[in-house]
Amino acid sequence: MQLRGNNVVCTRGGREVFAGLNFSLSAGEALVVTGRNGAGKSSLLRVIAGLVHLAGGQLELDGGEPDTSIAEQAHYVGHQDAVKPSLTVGENLEFWARYLGGIDLPIDLALQAVDLARLINLPAAYLSAGQRRRLSIARLVAVPRTLWLLDEPTSALDVPSQNRLAELMRSHLAGGGMIVAAAHGPIGLERPRELQIGPP
Amino acid sequence: MKAFTALMFRDMRLSVRVGGGALMGALFFLIVVTMMPFALGPDLNLLARIGPAILWLGALLASLLALDRLFATDHDDGSLDLLMMGRMPLELAVAAKAIAHWLTTALPLVVISPVLGLMLNVELQAMGAVALTLLAGTPALTFIGLVGAALSVALRRGGLLLAVLVLPLTVPVLIFGVAAANAAIVGPAPFGPPFTILCALSLASLVLGPFAAAAALRHGLE
Repeated sequence: MQLRGNNVVCTRGGREVFAGLNFSLSAGEALVVTGRNGAGKSSLLRVIAGLVHLAGGQLELDGGEPDTSIAEQAHYVGHQDAVKPSLTVGENLEFWARYLGGIDLPIDLALQAVDLARLINLPAAYLSAGQRRRLSIARLVAVPRTLWLLDEPTSALDVPSQNRLAELMRSHLAGGGMIVAAAHGPIGLERPRELQIGPP
Repeated sequence: MKAFTALMFRDMRLSVRVGGGALMGALFFLIVVTMMPFALGPDLNLLARIGPAILWLGALLASLLALDRLFATDHDDGSLDLLMMGRMPLELAVAAKAIAHWLTTALPLVVISPVLGLMLNVELQAMGAVALTLLAGTPALTFIGLVGAALSVALRRGGLLLAVLVLPLTVPVLIFGVAAANAAIVGPAPFGPPFTILCALSLASLVLGPFAAAAALRHGLE
């Protein structure tokens, strides 16, 4: 399986963010996207997730499921956590598992993986920023999808949570998954491929 | 199918929980209708004559009130991004949200309308007719409003745009809704023709609304 970007162009609000971006990523590999503020790291992830129109070039996922778009085979964790404050932790995750997975999936294990299992009945309004982020990461565990698109996944996470996330990412890669992450610092993976957008 | 019901039940749950908008519409409806007799004076015949129109107008404005939040909250907390990455077509997701919205905001209006009719001196039989026309017509209001809600999120404009876009499109629904209600109460025109047109408006918007709303959301991607 391979994710390939060929001459990718992104324009937002009439302004060209980046152009002529080439990258490729095979199963079991991670790509860390770096660059200054405003270079287009988040934009690239949103383009891959199908949330921003591809203004030029090609994006392909070879060897994925036929007749499904890249977006349907990808998880996207952005700056916003997509957590509803009036639902409990369990209800939030259960909804996304059903919506994204289309089936009833066990959420207990996913909550355990991010160490939120004991808060399952707490309304999400009472979660801290880091706990909300962890709940959002639990989605990746609950619904298996090949490609993970992570936008600064370690922000708001404490050190044990960062280690737990690194562990999850390593096991995802070991299972043949792929990760594209935008980050300013190390995210706990050994020798990921790097893609630099704009000047260093 | 699982994704469809999951989204529908989530939205229903959200709107009946604290901070949801389910009862806001019904409360607004109650206020409009109870204040009306005070403004018009105690002329019972007048109230009975314009009662159906007041009920319809109140229901129209009340159902518009909560529409603004239909996509805006999902857009603000990032849920909309994920909703677009589901395996279910976006048209169905949008329809699930609209159905949930109708069940939690418009259906209560239909249910309380006979009670409010009492305050307007509308007869018992006529109140049944008004409730029936509201039941048949409010899906059209919701599904037309759905398009406006999607557009206002896609164009990043607030509620004003929604009202300007949606209100003109709801005029036919209002006209035929009140016409059918009046036909049932005072006659002499038959109840059938305006009521069937009202049903047709609802069915047409039920089909077209989700496609238009999904197209608006996709266009608004950036």
